[in-house]
Amino acid sequence: MTEHDMSSFWHVWVIGLTLLNIAGMVWLLWWTSKRRPGEVAQGEQTGHVWDGDLSEYNNPLPRWWLWMFYLTIAFSVIYLLLYPGLGRFAGFLGWSSVGQFEQEMERAEARFGPIFAEYAARPIPELAQDPQARLTGQRLYLNYCATCHGTDARGAPGFPDLADAHWQWGGTPEAIKASILDGRQGIMPAMGLALGEAGVAQVVHYVLSLSERADADPSLAEQGQPVFAMMCAACHGASGEGMSAMGAPDLTRNTWLYGGSVRAITHTINEGRHGIMPPFRDFLGEDRVHVLAAYLYGLNQ
Amino acid sequence: MQQTYNYKVVRQFAFMTLVWGIVGMLVGVILAAQLVWPQLNFEISWLSYGRLRPLHTNAVIFAFGGSALFAASYYIVQRTCQTRLFSDGLAAFTFWGWQVVIVLAAITLPLGMTTSKEYAELEWPIGILIAIVWVAYAIVFFGTIAKRRVRHIYVANWFFGAFIVVIAILHIVNNMAIPVSLFKSYSIYPGTMDAMVQWWYGHNAVGFFLTAAFLGMMYYFVPKQAGRPIYSYRLSVVHFWALVSLYMWAGPHHLHYTALPDWVQTLGMVFSLMLLAPSWGGMINGIMTLSGAWHKLRTDPILRFLIVSLSFYGMATFEGPMMSIKTVNALSHYTEWTIGHVHGGALGWVAMISIGSLYALFPALFGKERMYSIKAIEWHFWLSTIGVVLYIVSMWIAGVMQGLMWRSVNEDGTLTYSFMESLVQMYPYYLVRFIGGLLFLLGMFIMVWNVWKTVANSTPTVHPVPQTAH
Repeated sequence: MTEHDMSSFWHVWVIGLTLLNIAGMVWLLWWTSKRRPGEVAQGEQTGHVWDGDLSEYNNPLPRWWLWMFYLTIAFSVIYLLLYPGLGRFAGFLGWSSVGQFEQEMERAEARFGPIFAEYAARPIPELAQDPQARLTGQRLYLNYCATCHGTDARGAPGFPDLADAHWQWGGTPEAIKASILDGRQGIMPAMGLALGEAGVAQVVHYVLSLSERADADPSLAEQGQPVFAMMCAACHGASGEGMSAMGAPDLTRNTWLYGGSVRAITHTINEGRHGIMPPFRDFLGEDRVHVLAAYLYGLNQ
Repeated sequence: MQQTYNYKVVRQFAFMTLVWGIVGMLVGVILAAQLVWPQLNFEISWLSYGRLRPLHTNAVIFAFGGSALFAASYYIVQRTCQTRLFSDGLAAFTFWGWQVVIVLAAITLPLGMTTSKEYAELEWPIGILIAIVWVAYAIVFFGTIAKRRVRHIYVANWFFGAFIVVIAILHIVNNMAIPVSLFKSYSIYPGTMDAMVQWWYGHNAVGFFLTAAFLGMMYYFVPKQAGRPIYSYRLSVVHFWALVSLYMWAGPHHLHYTALPDWVQTLGMVFSLMLLAPSWGGMINGIMTLSGAWHKLRTDPILRFLIVSLSFYGMATFEGPMMSIKTVNALSHYTEWTIGHVHGGALGWVAMISIGSLYALFPALFGKERMYSIKAIEWHFWLSTIGVVLYIVSMWIAGVMQGLMWRSVNEDGTLTYSFMESLVQMYPYYLVRFIGGLLFLLGMFIMVWNVWKTVANSTPTVHPVPQTAH
């Protein structure tokens, strides 16, 4: 809602209340600083007494304080004339916070845009070798990506490791850039109901055996093999090597997006997972994403 | 039979002020320690920062500050109206009701039950209980005013009266919610409007709970302890009306540069600026009351508590309007500076004026000439003062540093520092803040010991209401 959507009633209401309160202050100051007939002399006590010994002087308002008050009132009135404040009156300066934002962004784009446009014209593998571009990319990474993927890009439970040369959605320059630009949604469906408790345990141990884990129970794993082939292989591949087109992780490397304990894998299969990488196209623009992708690509070279 | 003052409820609230003061500040110190040593949450959900933080704020503001205000207002309204409280039964209800609210807060907040509104986190059943207790408080207070035997209403009671009326309105309006279960409700206001109602509430809680009400306390105990008349009646009148009318507008300065329409932000800023003089009116009236009695500051640590609290009050109420200026706010908002500002007011003003007043109140309630140990009050005074100074100076430096680091930009337009880098810089300041808070808490333990020594083996005073009317 912008200021200009305000109805005439509220427009008048806001102005009225604002000016009434300010005028009330001025009147109050004027009224209390003047002497009234029949009043005790300044510096005398008012004559009221409470609780035995509490009384009060009729001292005048301190001058400096009075003027400070008037000064803040004058400042406020001038400010209200210059800036939006009085209902939908926009102020004589025509300032608005949206206007200021747009102006500052324009200025920033004019100054920094060319730097990134130059980078964007060069291929990602080449940029990944350029120390200056890498530094810029790292700064972008630390501010926009590190919260989830970690300052060292080693990831966290639910957030992929970006420095291990393995890519859930593909590690080509184009694939990395696409992941950042438009985001990704990695969905592992909940299989608990379809597989049943015994089926889940079998598949868990078969999955463990794919990376030759010592804690894989050989007999359960053997029973799990046909279940995996029927229910999981469509996405994770016949031998569990994963499928980057679907974001289905490689299960043969003993690295786990959501934890590699029997309990964590059981949970993943039972309840499913839904990983979201948000899109940055609108937020950072394609040129900056290009530099960011080069930095990440370079981390793995 | 001669009428007596109801000191029982005053004594009850005064003792609970000490208890909740220790609890609330202890939780604060634990939180400060967690910011230096994050592992201190022991991975236990109800010891985590997010759960304990609302417990700290609720405990110090409503349990400690609230109990101090109940005690002071009940004591002051009786003595300055020269009559017993309107209803002993309702007064007792406010005591037990308020304690139940606090205990419920101490249980539900660590369990994670929260409305998510700052300083109004308590869920709807507790919110309703607060409203009922508050209405009872208003009946007791205004009933006592109505049956006063002194013609003029004392200035302290103006401030308590405004506080009671406005807090009722704020609490009820901001807590309007639709319950979905016994422990969960959702605000009836949408989006930006909800934020605006919340900060209209939040800032006026500062204005009427933490400022106006404690000014009421100040207006009784400063002239009493100094033995001098209040400096200026005119100043009382003008700063009272200016304070209560201007404060109402100031809330939007908590929402600068947000989705709140520009005109509301502007009004929040200019009215905050106009608040400077009315806020200082109370400080001038308090400090100038001492003229002719300055020498008492050398020998009377209670008076020193009261006067130094006024100085912190003056500092915080100068800082507030400055921080409400958009350009300043762009730097200070979301940084530790805000935390420093709040604690300059909360520890320096609210806690120190309460502590000074309680040191004057306890002997009066138990028929003693003075506190057991004046030396111990001296120690408490210096621990508190040094504690506050360490706290606010460390947070000022930390806050300005944060603000500058967050806006620092490289040649290529990227931010110079990541958030983590700015956090790493905070460690030494968090440590100093922790030490400052710890010193303040230590002082409270000295106070408890001193109060214990003062009241042990004494009989509670029964004070007859004087018959002479003014």
